[in-house]
Amino acid sequence: MATMKNEIDFLLHLADNALIIGHRNSEWCGHGPILEQDIAITNIALDYIGQARNFYQHAAQLINQHPTDITINQTGNNMVLPATEDSLAYLRDVREFKNLLITEIPNGDWAYTTLRLYLLSEFELQLFTQLLQHTDAQVAAIAEKSIKEVSYHVKWSQDWVLRLGDGTEESKQRMQVAIEAIWAYTGELFIQPDYATAACLNYAAIQAAWNKKVSAVFEEAGLNIPSKTFVQKGGPDGMHTEHLGYILAEMQYLQRAYPNSEW
Amino acid sequence: MEQAFEQIFQDKIDREVRIEPKDWMPEKYRQTLIRQISQHAHSEIIGMLPEGNWITRAPSLRRKAILIAKVQDEAGHGLYLYSAAETLGISRDQMYDQLHTGKAKYSSIFNYPTLSWADMGVVGWLVDGAAIMNQVPLCRSSFGPYARAMVRVCKEESFHQRQGFEILYVLSKGTEAQRKMAQDAINRWWWPSLMMFGPKDDESPNSIQSMKWKIKRFSNDELRQKFVDVCAEQVKVLGFTLPDKDLKWNEERGHYDFGPINWDEFWQVVQGNGPCNKERLDARKKAWEEGAWVRDAALAYANKKAKQKQVAA
Repeated sequence: MATMKNEIDFLLHLADNALIIGHRNSEWCGHGPILEQDIAITNIALDYIGQARNFYQHAAQLINQHPTDITINQTGNNMVLPATEDSLAYLRDVREFKNLLITEIPNGDWAYTTLRLYLLSEFELQLFTQLLQHTDAQVAAIAEKSIKEVSYHVKWSQDWVLRLGDGTEESKQRMQVAIEAIWAYTGELFIQPDYATAACLNYAAIQAAWNKKVSAVFEEAGLNIPSKTFVQKGGPDGMHTEHLGYILAEMQYLQRAYPNSEW
Repeated sequence: MEQAFEQIFQDKIDREVRIEPKDWMPEKYRQTLIRQISQHAHSEIIGMLPEGNWITRAPSLRRKAILIAKVQDEAGHGLYLYSAAETLGISRDQMYDQLHTGKAKYSSIFNYPTLSWADMGVVGWLVDGAAIMNQVPLCRSSFGPYARAMVRVCKEESFHQRQGFEILYVLSKGTEAQRKMAQDAINRWWWPSLMMFGPKDDESPNSIQSMKWKIKRFSNDELRQKFVDVCAEQVKVLGFTLPDKDLKWNEERGHYDFGPINWDEFWQVVQGNGPCNKERLDARKKAWEEGAWVRDAALAYANKKAKQKQVAA
């Protein structure tokens, strides 16, 4: 049972990551700096919502198959049952969300948004590659599908890091400011959550691969990795920034204001 | 000489031969098309805002995904249309400038606010529905690039319209609060949707020439009537009503009669006094101005790379 609870929590962690970063990226829709790039970031948002749905649906299925001790949230609240992709996305509160902090911080400017996406998607590419070996075939299948999308996210966001890092004085400065601001949220990527117990996972290997790739891209772009290494952490355990509450207030408002309705 | 060209041109039009970008065309035909296509492109881009307004609040993940995909389609339509207009010798940046300075217009419908989730249904059903009514004939527009762009646009728009209708259908089967939400949205959007067909025929200054050039195939009033006839039937499936006490089937005409349109409101919105004119334009200007450094950097980087390639070669 402990294993099942861990798997469910881990699925919620992955789903919450996708949902919240998808939400942030979708905020750009209609406001992007270039029409083609508006389409690109909106498409990336759509990929993430799709990933979130896959992970939530699988989590819901497992929750409904094992509806005993795993349905109590860490705040002591009962989960709404039967679980569905929407009950999991719309009817859990801040302390139950398990997303990484890097996904919830505000978009900032285009440098901030593309850098955040780059740092996150390099991590996801490594993580999902390990998940291909997951003993749950459904998790492996979702990972396989997601890798196709994440590979594109890496390429697209990496191109922007290079372009802005090696573009104009202003863009370089903005990119460096973004790095300084976001860096504190990158350490959390490599802290293995207690519930991430699947045998295929190796966070040290993820970190090593990530460091290598990110350093190479930063070097090519002429950007500096900050020397200070303070790590903001807690998201996967439900300890969030103040920003997440506003995201959920906005995202969940219809489900909360009109409970038990079909949409 | 000019007259001979004009004769050949009109001949082609009359024989339904498409005009292509490199063909000779009267300057006024070119200008009319630039005005119409760019206005259409701007409408797609501005039109992303009222629906984009609900992406972060969509009530289910399925609805959220559909809405994101839809708004993204609108951006894609803007892209084809800007490209079609560019074949006439105007750049996208020039068109943006015309939009931002108020020289170019866009469809006034997007100057109305989206106040509830039901608006996503109604915008699909009525606004996209009216757009399709206007746009299907444009697939046979005499100007080739426009006609071809419109074939794809219309396919996607009819999908959007079905999605919108489906949102309303689900609301119509929902709770009392949901049904009220939907009826209220229909009430707010019905008349502005009818205005989307433009002024009455006798007050539409550009129409006659456009019909002769086959840029336009049906008059504003003909299309508006067709739209009313379709919607008056569809609303019955939803179990809602259209907010017009004069709406009534006229056996003799074979059409629905409908009440008078508030043209004063129409012209007010066209002149910039609609509820969201300022917000919509400000949002676009902000995106453009705040994106300037991004575009500059992308250009500088591309130039740098091109130079490096040259040196290497």
